[in-house]
Amino acid sequence: MAATTSMVTSLTFTIPSLGLRLPTRSYPCLKPQRRFVRKAASNVITATYELKAPPYPLNALEPHMSRETLEYHWGKHHRTYVENLNKQVVGTDLEGLSLEDIIIVTYNKGDILPAFNNAAQAWNHDFFWESMKPGGGGKPSGDLLDLIERDFGSFERFIEEFKAAAATQFGSGWAWLAYKANRLDVENAVNPWPSEKDKELVIVKSPNAVNPLVWDYFPLLTIDVWEHAYYLDFQNRRPDYISVFMEKLVSWETVNTRLEKAKARAAEREMEEERRRKEEEEGKPTNEEEDDDLEMYVDNDNDDSEAE
Amino acid sequence: MALRSSVTRRTLTLGLNSTRLLPLSRSLQTFSLPDLPYDYGALEPAISGEIMQLHHQKHHHTYITNYNKALEQLHEAIQKGDSSTVVKLQSAIKFNGGGHVNHSIFWKNLAPIREGGGEPPKASLGWAIDTHFGSLESLIQKMNTEGAALQGSGWVWLGVNKELKKLVIETTPNQDPLVTKGPHLVPLLGIDVWEHAYYLQYKNVRPDYLKNIWKVINWKYASEVYEKECA
Repeated sequence: MAATTSMVTSLTFTIPSLGLRLPTRSYPCLKPQRRFVRKAASNVITATYELKAPPYPLNALEPHMSRETLEYHWGKHHRTYVENLNKQVVGTDLEGLSLEDIIIVTYNKGDILPAFNNAAQAWNHDFFWESMKPGGGGKPSGDLLDLIERDFGSFERFIEEFKAAAATQFGSGWAWLAYKANRLDVENAVNPWPSEKDKELVIVKSPNAVNPLVWDYFPLLTIDVWEHAYYLDFQNRRPDYISVFMEKLVSWETVNTRLEKAKARAAEREMEEERRRKEEEEGKPTNEEEDDDLEMYVDNDNDDSEAE
Repeated sequence: MALRSSVTRRTLTLGLNSTRLLPLSRSLQTFSLPDLPYDYGALEPAISGEIMQLHHQKHHHTYITNYNKALEQLHEAIQKGDSSTVVKLQSAIKFNGGGHVNHSIFWKNLAPIREGGGEPPKASLGWAIDTHFGSLESLIQKMNTEGAALQGSGWVWLGVNKELKKLVIETTPNQDPLVTKGPHLVPLLGIDVWEHAYYLQYKNVRPDYLKNIWKVINWKYASEVYEKECA
């Protein structure tokens, strides 16, 4: 029988150095990278996701997005998501995980677990503030523009489609521009667009807190279409808000940087998968396989059979 | 609303149910915005006049406009036997039709204080509430907890299961009517917890909106519906 492998996944754990057994809730299998944040001289581990400030003062987006909106949207809504996330995560298996990891795990293929809403909303809002800048809008250039024109026909068509997605996300949610690298087997979610088209820009909309990380896309741009995002400035006029966002607020530099990162990571993944596929083909044992297999190999080659 | 004989007849659309005759078909009923039985400012300070006006004239009205549009497209698709379009239209009908259904109930669920808003229910509904929830306060607390916890947009309902004659508290997402939670459920009271229902006044503090709205809840209407279902 196979001995236990080196990859042990445990769903509960003790922290021997503190002599504490913390109450834990079981969550689906987690990837091995974990960061623990411990407060010095304290017997309590506290989760510490922080509320990051937008990369501009709260009045910097006026007159397109008022200071009052930023004060509430960032200062109350976003802050509350972060605070509630910290309270929810402390003492559970999720503690110490990166925000992205919590999102993927608690999305749970759509059967969402309690911490998902706060984690995803915390991430979404960070991403949203960074998607905007004072004096934003205009047009992208370079690779990003080329890709937009390739995948949507023209920049104008892209704008139309993005605005339509944002306007037709019924109820609360988000509209996204994302980079989709062809990856159908997604560990913890169901890819809604399984297609042969390889590596392209897509526009998607999502309800409530859902974001494209759960479909293993690379988000590039987002607009928040929860009513709290625009009600003080535009009341019911969501289409006006969307137009102003596109024309005056989008930070195409940020979108571009995100695209470059996404392309790089997609290329890395491809290389990694290529390597793994080659290894499987050549029948080379990977690090996780048993020593028994190696011995079988050796027997065959050396003719040192004991059975004779 | 007399039409002068020298003027060409035009279809009246505002405030009236209009019927449009399509060739070779039954006429399609379109829906129109019901009037509020009170002024926009009459529910203050619980709900501001500004909110009431936007909520009624913009949000509800837009649901009706889009509902009518979807129904017209549905009508055409049915006539043509275009099943994919019939199915495709279902979500627009659910959103917008649901929005119309829910808000029509909502306006009746509210009343100015001088017209009985906030007055606790008596008779059979009052008794049923005490029996099922212990007290009115307990019902209110439960509904407020559910309403505050609802993620995104939706409604919190006090309903009655007309088969079992039992009171229920339910939430529905977006504009889903209560009946989507159970075919025998009849709404007695619905509280809109979409942000548009309270944001201008209460901002992110939905619990304060929920606390205050009970001052203008029209229990008379809820009692009437309850008695009709459970007589």
